[in-house]
Amino acid sequence: MSVLAEPMAGSRPRTPAGRVVATLNRSVIHVALGLIGLIWLVPTLGLLVTSFRPRSDIQATGWWDIFQLHLTLDNYRQVLEAQGMLQAFVNTVFIAVPSTILPLAICALAAYAFSWVRFPFRDTLFLIVVAFLLVPVQVAFIPLLTTSRDLVPDLQLTRGYVAVWLAHTAFALPFGIFLLRNFFITLPPDMIEAARIDGASDFRVFSTIVVPVSVPAIAAYGIFQFLWVWNDLLMALVFVQDSSKFPMTRAIQNLLSQYGTEWHLLAAGAFLLMIVPLIVFFSLQRYFVQGLLAGSIK
Amino acid sequence: MGIAPTPGIPQAIPARAGLSAVRSARGPEKPNYLGAILFLLPAAVLLLVFLLYPAIYTLLLSFNRGRNGVFSEWVGLDNYARLFSDPDFINFTTFPPSGALWNNVLWIVFYTSIVIFLGLIIAVVAARVRYESIIKAIVFIPMAISATALAVIWKFVYSPDANIGLINAILGNFGLGPVAWLGDEHIVNFALIAVGIWGSVGFATVILSAAVKSIPAEVIESARVEGANERQIFFRMILPMVSLPISVLGVTLVVNVIKLFDLIYIMTAGGPGKASRVIAFVMYQQAFQAGQYGYGAAVVVVMLVLLIPIMVFNVRRFRTGAVT
Repeated sequence: MSVLAEPMAGSRPRTPAGRVVATLNRSVIHVALGLIGLIWLVPTLGLLVTSFRPRSDIQATGWWDIFQLHLTLDNYRQVLEAQGMLQAFVNTVFIAVPSTILPLAICALAAYAFSWVRFPFRDTLFLIVVAFLLVPVQVAFIPLLTTSRDLVPDLQLTRGYVAVWLAHTAFALPFGIFLLRNFFITLPPDMIEAARIDGASDFRVFSTIVVPVSVPAIAAYGIFQFLWVWNDLLMALVFVQDSSKFPMTRAIQNLLSQYGTEWHLLAAGAFLLMIVPLIVFFSLQRYFVQGLLAGSIK
Repeated sequence: MGIAPTPGIPQAIPARAGLSAVRSARGPEKPNYLGAILFLLPAAVLLLVFLLYPAIYTLLLSFNRGRNGVFSEWVGLDNYARLFSDPDFINFTTFPPSGALWNNVLWIVFYTSIVIFLGLIIAVVAARVRYESIIKAIVFIPMAISATALAVIWKFVYSPDANIGLINAILGNFGLGPVAWLGDEHIVNFALIAVGIWGSVGFATVILSAAVKSIPAEVIESARVEGANERQIFFRMILPMVSLPISVLGVTLVVNVIKLFDLIYIMTAGGPGKASRVIAFVMYQQAFQAGQYGYGAAVVVVMLVLLIPIMVFNVRRFRTGAVT
């Protein structure tokens, strides 16, 4: 990972005996790290191989039996078409995109106010936002379901995506505001003062100065939020009630409860769920790690 | 956690980010009420409607029978009394204790300590080889994927069928097993915790690696020149310097555990029997499967109460502004 600086320089032992000990130590290190690499790779690789093996092979031998290696795309075809994973993939996109864009916009606006607009109780309000960081999503479940059911039954929020979009957005706010505000206050005051002296309104300062120069921070947060929603099961479990709108996480949970031992389907389904996060991870690793470390150690 | 990174705890707040920094960030001299309201309105509305109002509603509902999720009959502390006398929630009469809350305790003790331990070891050891970035990327991959996918991967690895499950296949080669990792009530929690650890070590590694590297190389170098051995360097120099990141990381992991749901729901659905249930799972089950809304609300309040000390910790840390 490029963000993680280069190795520390080790000192060279001076005596021959010291060198032997050092070499031994180094081989212990290599073996240990190799083992760690295996433990963290093999489970995922095993499932990947399984997702390309025919059902009959899977039942006959383990995936590690390389003499039984016939590869096929049938599992993916079956899970995408017959098991509705294609629809679920589209549903996940429909849930994740608005649930990323909405919080990005709303957090950026609020973070600007908390960093560059003067108003009373600003610090106190911001501390309340910090306190909100940890409120578990569970607090929203019962009230939002019953209130939307009893007060606005015609809207049927949980039939569509509105409930899940808004819930994801609301619970993303404390973290997003916190993160972006911490970035915005590091911008040079002179830059903002100068624009104001030229007569720019707050919204102009926000949209033409603060947002453009903060793209890396906003991108890091956007990637984090997108993957968070993409990977979410719990919110979808509660706030998406129409089975034709289930995202992939729920579709896989259904697959497991119906075909718990049909590994050709489960493996292919799990990889369809993982493919987008893995692409994001490998292509945008730096932003991804930054978003995750969020206001991290310098 | 794959097991999701908690978007809960600021990992470390740069010194400039404290409130003292706000004062130096000048706005126009006069308060700008209109500007503040316009910029904050969308966030404020959503936070009030989706966070504050539900939190108060849930708190009140926990003192109510809560039939159908609406206020029906006030019952005082009845829900809490039932909760804490429910042996499936917490049971101290056996040894070791059992119940969902106890399972969270097991998670906190084993998951948190082992994740930090492994994360620190990998961070320190990997720093001494050239392929450091590759090792860190490999260990970090589970952070990108969802707990649902993590659960499928490990149900696969744990499968009792020796043609499917790698672990039982290996044991089978030595004439052992098969072990029902997820089907034995004495093993299941540890099998699940192992998955949680696998999912979170990358997170710990990346954070602690950054912390270890913030120690100037010359300092460590000069200690080596003065004859300090690697063990002394680790315990006397590295460990004290990373103690703050470790405490922040520990808090993050504890929050993960209190909110833990997806992994349990997919891998075991709380089973076998009720052996692997955790509090967030009890909440879901009581409210949405058993229709016990008041009781479910009481579980949410328990979660909140467990999180409040951490919220205070966060706000305190933030007010003083400086974490170095």
